[in-house]
Amino acid sequence: MATETTQTLRSPHLLGIKDLSTEEIQLIFSTADQFKDVLNRSIKKVPSLRDVTIANVFFENSTRTRLSFELAEKRLSADVVNFSSSSSSVKKGETLLDTVNNILAMKVDMVVMRHASPGAPHFLAKHIEANVINAGDGTHEHPTQALLDTYSIHQKLGSVTGKKVAIVGDIMHSRVALSNIFALQKLGAEVMVCGPATLLPKYITQLGIQSTLDLREALEWCDVANILRIQLERQQVKYFPSLREYSLYYGVNKQLLDSLNKAITIMHPGPINRGVELNSDVADSEQAIILDQVENGVAVRMAVLYLLASQKNS
Amino acid sequence: MQDRKCIIHAQLLDVMLHRLCHQLIENHRDFEATVLLGLQPRGIYFADRTQRRLEKILGEKVNKGYLDTTFHRDDFRRRDSPLTPNKTDVPFLVEDKNVILLDDVLYTGRSVRAALDAMVTFGRPRKVELMVLIDRKYTRHLPIEPDYVGRAVNTIDSQRVLVEWEEQNEEDGVWITSKATT
Repeated sequence: MATETTQTLRSPHLLGIKDLSTEEIQLIFSTADQFKDVLNRSIKKVPSLRDVTIANVFFENSTRTRLSFELAEKRLSADVVNFSSSSSSVKKGETLLDTVNNILAMKVDMVVMRHASPGAPHFLAKHIEANVINAGDGTHEHPTQALLDTYSIHQKLGSVTGKKVAIVGDIMHSRVALSNIFALQKLGAEVMVCGPATLLPKYITQLGIQSTLDLREALEWCDVANILRIQLERQQVKYFPSLREYSLYYGVNKQLLDSLNKAITIMHPGPINRGVELNSDVADSEQAIILDQVENGVAVRMAVLYLLASQKNS
Repeated sequence: MQDRKCIIHAQLLDVMLHRLCHQLIENHRDFEATVLLGLQPRGIYFADRTQRRLEKILGEKVNKGYLDTTFHRDDFRRRDSPLTPNKTDVPFLVEDKNVILLDDVLYTGRSVRAALDAMVTFGRPRKVELMVLIDRKYTRHLPIEPDYVGRAVNTIDSQRVLVEWEEQNEEDGVWITSKATT
């Protein structure tokens, strides 16, 4: 007989890390442990979501997140429909709500959405019945990425509590940075952000984190460094003179890592711009857990989908 | 206060376990091609005890795993309280093996159906048998019957049968309680 517990997520949606409690994050982690186990078997599929239909609605480009969600959904036996704005009626002038309502009219239970506007999934969650999962909304949040990042730290270092994590790069335009800051703080880690002054939001330290302009200082301080991509597509003006100059001041290379007094763990949410924020000799080194992050991404997303789906009584 | 009655005490439980182990040996002899699979969460203690007893009697290693059925259950999204998964730990393939599924209480049979589904992830067994400590008679929702039974009991739906073990910091024994709410 199975145990009945009241352990569940409070909200029917996953819109941001900000709304999650520490216990909820830990519940997602412990569920992800079981799915990681499933993913390491020869038959990597379980039938839990066989009567659930999920729409992946991507109004912005994505490779990793979309693939990862799609794999997670398929390994849970859900039916999956994909939608990307580049090949749809959005181009013909349809509104967000109309687009999604049309998809829902086809009896979809969950919507995984990426959108360029911050708050788009929150808007959607207010207006539709289905569970909404935020797969990135503009520069705001990217909750599943933060969950898989912190889960990867948890797996690599045994715990997140008390660890020092530096987030390096384009903090201003990064939803990964904001979600990571929330997740790390809820799990009891210390956070420092590092980047050129133009790419650090002015009041970021009010979140209770440290901030520095000096890459070496950040790396000397931390146990884990999460290196972010320069989001050129979101930058309307020039924030630094050239990529080459950025790379000279904020690029992480082997020589720099070897000169530190300890071996730190290197993370990157992808896609990597090799030679800009991260050199190949670091990205492919033992210290990097970039591919572990990708692997954990599927397990963490399975856990989120499973937990959200399990609330609904049909 | 819940009404709680002991139907099998520690000493009797031990005798029952001993008898069940000998029945297993009678049918399976040396356990070279036979493995035990305890169903999570409560069947694992029964599996542990059975394994230890068999190893003591036979003087050789008996393979055992824990099987979690959560992801294979048929009541997902149909119940008020969500199910929390437990660890599946099957460190061998069941391909061409005789598998003995162990659970503490057999009630509707739905857990066992889910377990049969979960098990095929680890290969195609030659034969599958079911051993339960308590069989609640006339309560089945599915055509599933045990091969080895500790004790068959008559119960009504409003009652609950609880098997407790020392490993859970309880006294060994089987209890019948009336549910406070259904």
